[in-house]
Amino acid sequence: MLRVCRNVSRAVAQQCLCGKAPLCPLQPLRRYATHGESGGSAGKIVGVSLLFVGGGFGGTILYAKWDPKFRQNVEQAIPYADRVFDVTLGPAPYVLPVPKKPGQLQIPYMSEVTKEPKQSKQKGKKSEPAEAAPAPTLEEEQKLKESSVEAGHIISAIGEALSVPAPATHEGQREQEGEHKHAAAAGGEVCEKCEESGHKDLPTVKERPPEEVAARLAKQDQEEQEKVASLAAILEEALGSTARVTLQAIAAQDAAVQAINSHSMKLKEAMEETEASVEQKSSQWRDLEEALNERSKTVDEAADALLKAKDGLEKLRGVIDDAKQANIARAKPQIRSAEENLHNMLVDLDNVVKKVQAAQSEAKIVAQYHELVAVAKEQFQKELDSITPDIQTGWKGLKVSDLAGRLTTDDLNSLIAHAHRRIDQLNKELAEQRVRERQHIETALAQQKMEDNKALEMAVAKALEHYRAEVRLDQDRKVEEVRELMEVEMRTQLRRQAAAHSDHLRDVIKVQEQEIRAEAEQELAHKLLEQETHSRRMTQEQLDNFTLDMNAAYARLKGMEQAVDSHAVAEEEARKAHQLWLSIEALNYILKTASGDKPTEPLDTAVQVIKASCAENEFTQTLSTALPKESLSRGVYSEASLRARFYTIRKLVRRVAMIDETRNSLYQYFLSYLQSLLLMEPQQLKPPAQLSPEDLDTFKLLSYATYCIEHGDLELAAKFVNQLKGESRRVAQDWLNEARLTLETTQVVSLLSAYANAVGLGTTQVK
Amino acid sequence: MSEGELGRKWDRCLADCAVKLGAGLGLGIVFSVLFFKRRTWPIVLGSGMGLGMAYSNCQQDFQAPYLLHGKCVKEQ
Repeated sequence: MLRVCRNVSRAVAQQCLCGKAPLCPLQPLRRYATHGESGGSAGKIVGVSLLFVGGGFGGTILYAKWDPKFRQNVEQAIPYADRVFDVTLGPAPYVLPVPKKPGQLQIPYMSEVTKEPKQSKQKGKKSEPAEAAPAPTLEEEQKLKESSVEAGHIISAIGEALSVPAPATHEGQREQEGEHKHAAAAGGEVCEKCEESGHKDLPTVKERPPEEVAARLAKQDQEEQEKVASLAAILEEALGSTARVTLQAIAAQDAAVQAINSHSMKLKEAMEETEASVEQKSSQWRDLEEALNERSKTVDEAADALLKAKDGLEKLRGVIDDAKQANIARAKPQIRSAEENLHNMLVDLDNVVKKVQAAQSEAKIVAQYHELVAVAKEQFQKELDSITPDIQTGWKGLKVSDLAGRLTTDDLNSLIAHAHRRIDQLNKELAEQRVRERQHIETALAQQKMEDNKALEMAVAKALEHYRAEVRLDQDRKVEEVRELMEVEMRTQLRRQAAAHSDHLRDVIKVQEQEIRAEAEQELAHKLLEQETHSRRMTQEQLDNFTLDMNAAYARLKGMEQAVDSHAVAEEEARKAHQLWLSIEALNYILKTASGDKPTEPLDTAVQVIKASCAENEFTQTLSTALPKESLSRGVYSEASLRARFYTIRKLVRRVAMIDETRNSLYQYFLSYLQSLLLMEPQQLKPPAQLSPEDLDTFKLLSYATYCIEHGDLELAAKFVNQLKGESRRVAQDWLNEARLTLETTQVVSLLSAYANAVGLGTTQVK
Repeated sequence: MSEGELGRKWDRCLADCAVKLGAGLGLGIVFSVLFFKRRTWPIVLGSGMGLGMAYSNCQQDFQAPYLLHGKCVKEQ
């Protein structure tokens, strides 16, 4: 496919070589684009489908997280969904089954029992009337109304023995709503029952450690279950057997009723059809006999069955009483149900027996009627025989026409006469009867009333008995209820009492605590006060002593301080003076450091030292500032060097003595040089006390200066040199400056040293 | 040092003199050789000029400190 594309593209490229170049690259691209497009669409489809699946998955998980019921549904519907949910969302939340109606309470071991019955239709039929009728009495009335329901009840009692407790327990549950002990025993599963007895039961259940409670409850449950199971087994067996027997009895009774009814029917038929043929009659009578036999048989059987049923019921009653004595709470419903079943069975038996009796009484009436008729017939027969002895017996079945052939006129006349007589007699009897009708009727009514009364009494007695039994059962139930309620109440009251007691104790203890605390505080305060006063006194004494000592010490200290201070001051001053002297000595020494022609070292450091050492001394400060700057920075020349230099100066000055400020030609220079060579003057001349203007001659001045220099009076020499003029002055200027510096410095230094000496003397005189 | 100043001045002066003399001499010799047919007067002239210039410079130098160009009226 690609090769084809390439060829095509090449061909296209070759075709559109000229000017259509941009098309060529597009076409192969387009091919590739379409190729890619198909791949892209497949990819898109895959992507979209993945998205859908993922979305569905995620959506289910999210919704399951939000709605636990949906989660349950999904878990049930899809296998392994519960695992996925556990992994993603965590374990399913435990949902307590909420009771919608009292009849639909779910108790685990009961629910196991009720699983099968739930599915059966009869159970449904039972449960519907059971739930529809809140009171058990209504239910029983319903049962009494419908015999089929009763039969079904008992059939179910046989067929599904396990379910027997169930309907009763439904009723029983309603009665046990207030039972607290049962709830505590059954644990949290039965907490719904406690909703009426109070919610405080739940916290008491939860306060204990769940494992312990569970174990204990499990053990209790186990034991009780065993007992109950055994009891239940016994009860069920007994119930089953008695139910069987009772059913048999009822069946027998029904059969008996049937037989009696059929017999009486047959008898009625036989009685009525007098005109039938002989064979039919005889067959009828035979049937009747058979029916009679059957009836007697069935009646006997019914009686036997009834006896057996009664025995069974007695046994069941005994078993129930034993179970009652065992007194296990959980088995009570079963016992009660058994009792009620027993009661129902008794009621059924009684009803059936009643029916049988009714049938029997009816049959008796028919039999009486039959007897009467038979007797009348016999009498008639006898009369007829007495009148017509020739006639054979058994002619009743014959027709009149046959009879007519056999009889003579006499016989006929006698017969007619007899018949007339009979008619008269009967008329008379009838008249009598009519007269005595009312009496007869009254007596019959009275008899009937009596019989009715009797029957009524019997029925009433029976009903009363049944009612009594019912009432007894009800009473038992109510007693149980009341007992439970009372127990609960007593428990609450006891709890209240305990709470009240604890409150009272708490109050009493609080009061006591306060009293004791007050006492203790008082004691404490008292003791504290004593201690305080004592300690205060002690401290006061101590303080006084201490103050005295302190004062003395203080005074001494003060004296010592003063002495020390004065000492310190004196020493300080001495030190300062010493320092000053030292620094000035240093300065002096520096002055002597001039070696040869070099100046001294700069006096700056020494002056700094002086300034530092005695900063507060104004005299020294001023003096040290008075030192010329050149001496500080450069140092001064010593006298010796100055002296030596002076001689050089002297020479030069002599040479340029004639040069003054005005004429300074070289000729003058030459002349002055000549003059210096020629002029002789003493090298040293003692300067006079006063100077005259003549003495201001250069040479003289020089001589004077030399003299002064030789005698160490630099100052005077400098003064003389200062008088020079002109070029000589210029030549000697530097020397003069130096001399001046040196003189200044020495002056200042000498002042300082004098001062230092004075101060030192001053300080040392303190001793 | 001021006393050394004079000496320095003299040194300069002499140096200058020597230079000028030499230069003058040289020039004189050159001139004399070149232009003046080996006569001595250019040499002398040259050296004289040199000396004179040196002298003048020297003098100027010695007067330099004051630089008084004003007339000085001598007291009588």
